[in-house]
Amino acid sequence: MKRYFFTLSILAALFLSISPPTVAQEKFITIASTTSTVNSGLMDAINPLFEKKTGIKVRMLSVGTGQAVRLARDGDVDVLLVHHRPSEDKFVADGHGVKRYDVMYNDFVIVGPEEDPAKIVSVGEARGAMIRIAESKSLFLSRGDDSGTHKRELTLWGMAGIDIAGFSGQWYRETGSGMGATLNAAFAMGAYTLADRGTWLSFRNRAGMAVMVEGDPPLHNPYGIMLVNPAKHPHVKAAMGQQYIDWIVSPQGQAAIAAFTVEGQQLFHPNARQTQGS
Amino acid sequence: MDARTSILPLELSGVSFTAGGQRLIKDISATFEAGPRTIIVGPNGAGKSLFLRLCHGLIKPDAGQVLWNGGGDATPHQAMVFQRPVMLRRSAAANVDYALHLKGLPRNERRELVAEALARTGLSRFARSPARVLSFGEQQRLALARTWALNPQVLFLDEPTASLDPAATHSVEEIISAFHDAGTKIVMTTHDLGQARRLGDEVLFIYRGRILERAPVDRFFTAPENDLAQAFIKGELLWWRRGEGAEENEDREEGE
Amino acid sequence: MTDIGNAFIQAFELVVGLDPDLAEIVLLSLKVSLLAVFLATAIGLPLGAAVALFRFPGRGGVIVLLNALMGLPPVVVGLVVYLTLSRAGPLGVFGLLFTPTAMIIAQVLLVTPIIAALTRQVIEDLWSEYEEQLRSLGAGPARAVPALLWDGRYTLLTTVLAGFGRASAEVGAVMMVGGNIDHVTRVMTTAIALEVSKGDLALALGLGVILIVLSGTVNAAAFMLKEAAIRKHG
Repeated sequence: MKRYFFTLSILAALFLSISPPTVAQEKFITIASTTSTVNSGLMDAINPLFEKKTGIKVRMLSVGTGQAVRLARDGDVDVLLVHHRPSEDKFVADGHGVKRYDVMYNDFVIVGPEEDPAKIVSVGEARGAMIRIAESKSLFLSRGDDSGTHKRELTLWGMAGIDIAGFSGQWYRETGSGMGATLNAAFAMGAYTLADRGTWLSFRNRAGMAVMVEGDPPLHNPYGIMLVNPAKHPHVKAAMGQQYIDWIVSPQGQAAIAAFTVEGQQLFHPNARQTQGS
Repeated sequence: MDARTSILPLELSGVSFTAGGQRLIKDISATFEAGPRTIIVGPNGAGKSLFLRLCHGLIKPDAGQVLWNGGGDATPHQAMVFQRPVMLRRSAAANVDYALHLKGLPRNERRELVAEALARTGLSRFARSPARVLSFGEQQRLALARTWALNPQVLFLDEPTASLDPAATHSVEEIISAFHDAGTKIVMTTHDLGQARRLGDEVLFIYRGRILERAPVDRFFTAPENDLAQAFIKGELLWWRRGEGAEENEDREEGE
Repeated sequence: MTDIGNAFIQAFELVVGLDPDLAEIVLLSLKVSLLAVFLATAIGLPLGAAVALFRFPGRGGVIVLLNALMGLPPVVVGLVVYLTLSRAGPLGVFGLLFTPTAMIIAQVLLVTPIIAALTRQVIEDLWSEYEEQLRSLGAGPARAVPALLWDGRYTLLTTVLAGFGRASAEVGAVMMVGGNIDHVTRVMTTAIALEVSKGDLALALGLGVILIVLSGTVNAAAFMLKEAAIRKHG
């Protein structure tokens, strides 16, 4: 019998060690954001400042914009931080979010094999580059996952006047995965793809790949943050969530964003209007 | 044991058992009284083991009745020892203890009974040994110890020494005699006619699902009435007689 | 090749350096998987034994179902648990999504059929060996359950280990319902997936090496326990 008590007490200890900090005591908020902010390391760099100041822990979910919005709409998170303006505006307009705040922007880059088979480096702008890729039928990998990056890529194809759906499975291939997986695949296949600069710079597995097109206004990538509407989901931690929003658009939060660099390059440019926060 | 109400006599009336479309036990009627040791003999496949299992209650007859002293529940007062002892993966003592536990005895009463049963069967020194590492003969003795602790009024044994060497057979036979001396009714099947002579008071000869002869042990071995029984004790193979012999018997019994 | 070499170096450095983040991830992995396996065992053993020992209408169907559920796709389980625990789902009020509890629930669903199906086989075989003896001693199937489970303990331990293997190696379901949140729901497998998505294949493989060593250690410990016990108890 002794043995059973021993085993049981170990398991009981396991239960206790797992439950309280995650369920009851700790003050925390959950934010749904995109791989670009989380996997680049930005959130790991700035959130500790907020946690230290307020004692509120921040839990980041790193998913595609589409899934992030869906999580927020279902009330599974408190705050939404994404980069697809039309989805954000619709989210607020439909009453799921309280108000959208500008936070920062970074930019997208078109990356590809250094040999540049479609000769797009010399084009220097996104629309023309897309046309050349299509004309040369060079391999192009799409996220194909309804993410902000995917949506932006579709906008670029639209601007170039190319009905991309017709080429799916030929030279245009949809990975249906995150930015990292897509970059890994592009690297393996020698394909072009659209990436956010943050993920690109912090990505390790990019030997033989290079940025082809950057700095063009259609590649501009603004991020917005909004509180999930507590009127729709009463359990949303509205006060703490708003505290986070207020902080990230405050001079302190904005400075932290600006100070974050990868390999000496600043990844995100703060652009909150200081009158916005309260 | 004598102070308890006896579950005997055991009465079988018109008992039949069918499996796979074959009638394996055919309309057997018999009565067993307390006292004499009954040894059941017969060739392989005659239905000896099935007959024991029907008596013990492990299988239910398709027709007929098995009645203990007119119809009470005799389950707790009868036990069975099988040809191959089945031991649980625990110590010898714990195997005996488990049987008493199933019978509902409280823990403090069990301890003494376990020790006594093991002593009776000469297994005291193996009390804490894992039952499964004991030799086959020791395991059979342990099966008897388990039964001893249960203190049954009737003990069925299905060829308990069939796979044992002479020494082990001898100690098992001694234990069986001790059961008899303590007042337990013995009903046992065997292949070994010498064993039947040594241990039996009466012999029951079963062939093709029927009792063909029942007689005191002396008479069975000196002057059996049934021709098949005669052939059997002479050590003849009965397979070649099946056709005619069985037919003949079938007719005779049908006519009764 | 260099990545594979680097992986071992990284794994070694992480372990030797007692990286606190790694320790946290390893600990959470063990907690989640062990608890899930414990609960799955508590459900699966009696369930498997019951299916093995009792005859009821539809029993054949239940056996086929249990065997089929052994191959349940983790992603599907993850999705079902996700939809159930989401605030918009039927159990949303408990706010369990993206907690270790959600991960345990998903793993229990994955592991229970494995343990139940294998237990059924073990107990059925044992029962066919023991039935006459136990019935003779007065134990029907219901009373025999504890003895059968105890006598099948070595084989059942292997069964439980199979469940643990499934739980600790699984990524699809825990990723979906746990969310791979740093310091909260990040376990070995989701950490590996994350490093792959960051393109740090060497670190990912290094974590993989550690995971394999961990599960190898658990299995080796169980194996030695079993061997010692068999030598002692037969």
